[in-house]
Amino acid sequence: MTEPNWALASKQNNLMERARIVQAIRAFFVAHNFLEIETPQRIPANAPELQIDPLPSGKMWLQTSPELAMKRLLAAGYGNLFQICRVWRGGERGRNHLPEFTLLEWYRPGADYTSLMSDCEQLLQQLSPCEAIRYQGKIIDLKIPWPRLTVTEAFEQFASCSLSAALAANRFEEILTAEVEPQLGTDPIFLTEYPAELAALARLKPGDASCAERFELYIGGLEIANAFSELTDPAEQRQRFNADESARRAAGKPAIDLPEPFLTDLETMPEAAGIALGVDRLIMLFTDSLTIDQVVAITPEQL
Amino acid sequence: MVYSCADLKKGLKILIDGIPHVIVQFDFTKPGKGQALYKCRLRNMINGSQFDRTYRSGESFESAPLESRDMQYLYHDESGYVFMDSKTYEQVAIDGDTLGDDKYFLVDNMDVEILMFGEIGIGISLPNFVNLRVTQSDPWVKGDTASGNNKPAILETGYTLQVPSFVEEGSLLQIDTRTGEYVTRVKE
Repeated sequence: MTEPNWALASKQNNLMERARIVQAIRAFFVAHNFLEIETPQRIPANAPELQIDPLPSGKMWLQTSPELAMKRLLAAGYGNLFQICRVWRGGERGRNHLPEFTLLEWYRPGADYTSLMSDCEQLLQQLSPCEAIRYQGKIIDLKIPWPRLTVTEAFEQFASCSLSAALAANRFEEILTAEVEPQLGTDPIFLTEYPAELAALARLKPGDASCAERFELYIGGLEIANAFSELTDPAEQRQRFNADESARRAAGKPAIDLPEPFLTDLETMPEAAGIALGVDRLIMLFTDSLTIDQVVAITPEQL
Repeated sequence: MVYSCADLKKGLKILIDGIPHVIVQFDFTKPGKGQALYKCRLRNMINGSQFDRTYRSGESFESAPLESRDMQYLYHDESGYVFMDSKTYEQVAIDGDTLGDDKYFLVDNMDVEILMFGEIGIGISLPNFVNLRVTQSDPWVKGDTASGNNKPAILETGYTLQVPSFVEEGSLLQIDTRTGEYVTRVKE
């Protein structure tokens, strides 16, 4: 007699918690007056980003994020929107990375990125049955409000060099991972005001063009969500896309057409804030899972 | 052969400063939608020393020029793990630190490929699956759902892993040597 596949069977408890969380996320956004939206996953063009490799699908591409489609709806006059969907990013596989993963995105027209911080706090309060959760032997205290730390401050406090020196040496990610992230602790924290060059679709901070109105939410040492006040200037957006596409081609990556309908619709886009949250990683926290493999039914290697 | 960062994974053998190294732990990370980082724990296959190194996209690696020889595993003692070429009766010993976790998946008289760097045996290439017996595992307490439905077990080679709660002491298990994980019980 053959035994049932243990690698799949052993994930059942985690997948039950996964279902509970996804249902609770939907309930939260519906209760807060957000409209759930579905947009195509196979698209003619993603936003060109040097560090993200889209996967081809026939003559089109799999989406790396639903961001452009969501913003076109905002530009068409929609109110608060959310979407839970699959996205694909080529070559990304690690303890916290899958090339196909689940993203939750939500958008608030008329708001800026600070209102998304409070959304994150409220959402986690709703999802968690307790004020604290245990993750990998440590206690994560979810009590709000959560602290905010700018990237500049974080480098000053924890890194061996300043933010500007790290950027100049092209070592931002390396120093962030090796020196800053381990010092952020396990409780939720917002890392804010990212350098302008690291925020292709974000609005720059009024009065300080060196940084963008962008934040990353860390919980339990995991990067959970990335948010910003949206850039709504089509000319500026086109210029940034062109610069990123040139950098992509210089790096030998396949050419991507610019998403023209998005650039056209951006003309009527209101001020807005948007956020992408990694649903799989959120479930890792609630199931005390060390790897993302433990919270998805079937990994690419198990296909 | 030249590898790129995309080829890096646990078990890959690359040359650093002319010395073969094996990746014993691997993780991919990409902080803040930024540059991809490839974090490796490497083991020097000659002296067994380990260290961490992080690579960035665009770096390339030379494969380690290793020759493999078919041998049989005999036994282990203070000189290390001893293998024999069954045609020439020539023996090669490799110490446990150099073998790393691979040493836990050796079964007496098993056929393995020995990786040779010149005249030195520096590693082995195991079959994907081996059968090993459970020497210690606590009985499952019915209704204990706090720890999920798995529990730790120790195999005859000293290796500890997570197994389903229904596994009993003395059971023969199939283990995936690439991941070190339980696959199934083996019917005897």
